[in-house]
Amino acid sequence: MSSESQGPIPQAAESSSASVAPAAQQAGNTLAIDDLQTHFFTKAGVVKAVNGVSFSVSKGEVLGLVGESGSGKSVTGFSILGLVDPPGEVVGGSIRFQGRELVGLDETAMREIRGSRIAMIFQDPMMTLNPVLRIDTQMIEAIQAHSRVSRAAALARSREVLLKVGIASPDERLKSYPHQFSGGMRQRVAIAIALLNEPDLIIADEPTTALDVTIQAQILYEAQKLCRETGTALIWITHDLTVVAGLADRICVMYAGRDVEQGEVDDVLDHPLHPYTYGLIGSVPSRNRRGQPLHQIPGMTPSLLNLPPGCAFRNRCPRAAQECLREPPVVEYGENRRARCFHPYPRDSL
Amino acid sequence: MSTISEHASPAATIVQPVRVQTPFRRFLSDFFDSKVAIAAIVTFAIILFIALFAPWISPQNPYDLMVVDVMNSRMRPGEKSLTGMTFLLGSDGAGRDMLSAIFYGLRTSLGVGVMSGLIALCIGMSVGLSAAYFGGRTDSLIMRVVDLQLSFPAILIALILLSILGKGVDKIIIALVIAQWAYYARTVRASALVERRKEYIEAATCLALSHRRIVLRHLLPNVLPPLIVVGTLQTAHAISLEATLSFLGVGLPQTEPSLGLLISNGFEYMLSGKYWISFFPGVALLVTIVSINLVGDQLRDVLNPRLER
Amino acid sequence: MSVFITRRVLQSLVVIFVMSLLVFFGVNIVGDPIDMLINPEADQEDIEAAIRALGLDRPIHEQYWYFLVNALKGDLGKSFIFAEPALKLILQRMPATLELAFTAMLMAIFLGIPLGVYAGLRPNSKVSKTIMAGSILGFSLPTFWVGLMFIMIFAVMLGWLPSTGRGDTTSLFGIQVSFLTWDGLRHLLLPALNLALFKISLVIRLARAGTREVALQDYIKFARAKGLSSSRVVLVHIMKNIMIPVVTVLGLELGGVIAFAVVTETVFAWPGMGKLLIDSIQLLDRPIIVAYLMITVLMFVVINLVVDILYSLLDPRVRLKDVKS
Repeated sequence: MSSESQGPIPQAAESSSASVAPAAQQAGNTLAIDDLQTHFFTKAGVVKAVNGVSFSVSKGEVLGLVGESGSGKSVTGFSILGLVDPPGEVVGGSIRFQGRELVGLDETAMREIRGSRIAMIFQDPMMTLNPVLRIDTQMIEAIQAHSRVSRAAALARSREVLLKVGIASPDERLKSYPHQFSGGMRQRVAIAIALLNEPDLIIADEPTTALDVTIQAQILYEAQKLCRETGTALIWITHDLTVVAGLADRICVMYAGRDVEQGEVDDVLDHPLHPYTYGLIGSVPSRNRRGQPLHQIPGMTPSLLNLPPGCAFRNRCPRAAQECLREPPVVEYGENRRARCFHPYPRDSL
Repeated sequence: MSTISEHASPAATIVQPVRVQTPFRRFLSDFFDSKVAIAAIVTFAIILFIALFAPWISPQNPYDLMVVDVMNSRMRPGEKSLTGMTFLLGSDGAGRDMLSAIFYGLRTSLGVGVMSGLIALCIGMSVGLSAAYFGGRTDSLIMRVVDLQLSFPAILIALILLSILGKGVDKIIIALVIAQWAYYARTVRASALVERRKEYIEAATCLALSHRRIVLRHLLPNVLPPLIVVGTLQTAHAISLEATLSFLGVGLPQTEPSLGLLISNGFEYMLSGKYWISFFPGVALLVTIVSINLVGDQLRDVLNPRLER
Repeated sequence: MSVFITRRVLQSLVVIFVMSLLVFFGVNIVGDPIDMLINPEADQEDIEAAIRALGLDRPIHEQYWYFLVNALKGDLGKSFIFAEPALKLILQRMPATLELAFTAMLMAIFLGIPLGVYAGLRPNSKVSKTIMAGSILGFSLPTFWVGLMFIMIFAVMLGWLPSTGRGDTTSLFGIQVSFLTWDGLRHLLLPALNLALFKISLVIRLARAGTREVALQDYIKFARAKGLSSSRVVLVHIMKNIMIPVVTVLGLELGGVIAFAVVTETVFAWPGMGKLLIDSIQLLDRPIIVAYLMITVLMFVVINLVVDILYSLLDPRVRLKDVKS
């Protein structure tokens, strides 16, 4: 596909949506997703929740997966761990974890990976922990599901990890039930559970959305610290750009089931390429001038049931043109910097 | 850089004309979605028809002593009587045609069950609504009584009442009403409490509408859906309960038997192989109860907003 | 915890007291106490002696006091038919009824819960749909009719199992039980299954609804995300959550099972309290009816109390909330 780009774009390398990253880069990747497709087969039709997503995360890196509700970011997270509930299923693409293909992996092998090599933190801490089981039960079982250790050893490890996430007096907490904790505390417990088996990758699905802003800041800081210390890769799924700005190394922006832009955080936030990213950044309140009406992206997200052909952002895009009716190409700008657009904003830097 | 509108593209989505659908029409279409529900309601309609028109469609009036002859007793299904009438489902120990007896029995069973259900519903509904609406001490007091009664099984209450009151259609209706009203009261109160907290009741109160108007015109219509479900299922239960009581010998007198009594009468013939005297009334009872339960089930699925659909 | 128990016990005592008032006034005001407590066929002299003995010529509050005192002593009147203390007759028959009722409850738990959970986990499979159809039948079929059919099919036509009565009994802690003998079990099977059918259907529907609701919750997904085996997820995470509503309902239904045993005992001629009650109603042996009522009230109150305590043990949210009060 030819790209009709406007303005000088140095080092523009064009490729189709199924991009193949250089071999050297792949070897260092903890996770490499390539053209992932996850569809939901409902009575009303096929919902293409994830419709071609590609990105990678390397060791110790924090990737911010950003998008609005319905962009498919959570479903991407679930797809990695094979936790997509029927009527949904992964219908195409590849997910390589440390070189190993996860799509189509049998359930037993998948279960070995879940909770030990790849861990997940969910959004609502109130509903994540089973209300009728004690905390120690829920932590010990996570350890004992993957290794034959004694209950005492598992308990000791649980205590250690609770201290690490900043919970004082862990012994008391271990004997308690989830409803006796505050939201922030519960989320720390969930993070602790994720860390129990020293995973190589943690997927955090909007873990701070349901919490107070102050707690949010604390947890963000601690998450970042932990990942630096242990070298764990982290995918932080959120709709909040400000969260990502302070936390992530790289960012991947999703819209209507596709990745539309990715790159280093500072680069993307300062020099967005895709009109959606541009609009998103523009609508952050701190970016607007006092007294002026707030910038908004006009229109609404299309229904994932009836996706319009071509670029899904077409109807809301100020730069849309006739060719946007066709599948937009992925435009690359050097290592790990790309946008899926016919008319990306000019790249001024360098 | 023009913005492209949807209509320009060849694969534009077609704008569907919107059909106005009232909630009632939507309810009907949802209800009849299930084939099972359709079958159940058709079956029930047939049973209702039989019950209403029993005296006109039965081959024989089994309680007319002039027609019944004990010489015809215990005939197998399909055999003919001395007067040339075919006993399609056999005859019982006194020579009555089983088919006719079943028609009349359906009439009594359904009549008693529905009547007691309706009366219990009215009483329970008034009590429940009052308790929920007025709250406070009234509510506490009423609920104490309701809870007390509900901690005892309906069958026990009915048994004891009937042992004091004796036999008769009116007595069994009274017993069934007393055994059931508390259940309706509690159900109505529970949903009324939920509705009561909603803003439209607050708005009606601010408009200084009379208590009666608020309860009848605003609260009641919103409490009806779960009540309908409960009412349907309870009616089936009442019919079953009446049959059980008649079977046990406390309840309807021999002159106006329900299906339960018919089954009871046929009990003694079971062991000697004359199964039809108990079996066919049993099947009729079964079909009635199952069809009502299926309708109630479908009503519940359709009227419950919480279930994934 | 003890605050909770104490409070519930006090509430139960209040209920028993209120019920005794109701029974007493029911007997003395609604019915004719002379008919209720004295055999109307006795001759005039005996009747008058009995009236004096029972204090029926005294003012009503004295009568009530007399009634209460007697009840606490264990005297609830004498049966007309058997000329023995009513309480003794009922207590003699109680083990048979309780044996039947408990066996039925055990069947409801061990058959109903697994079937219901399975139907909840795989709602669209053929097996599940069969289970649900079966549960609708079990729910709708009147118990007595099913009992008759059981006798027809298994006893008369197939001859596998006996049709009536209780089997051989042995003594266990001084109580006669029949489930320890093979003959006893053969006689126990059909009546218990008959009694249990309704409850099994109820439990299946409850377990299925509960499982469907719980299986969709985030914490189940989180448990799977931890890499737990599906058997652990079902047996520990899901079960513990559905046990609460199931136990509550079952506990409250235990009273219903004991009451409904009346029907099964009549069909299968099982010599329990229920059959005694029905016979007494037919024969107008009223002291037994009164005694049965009081015993049943006591039993139900105790059952409700035990269920409440069990519920609080299972659901930590209830228990820990009370500690603060």
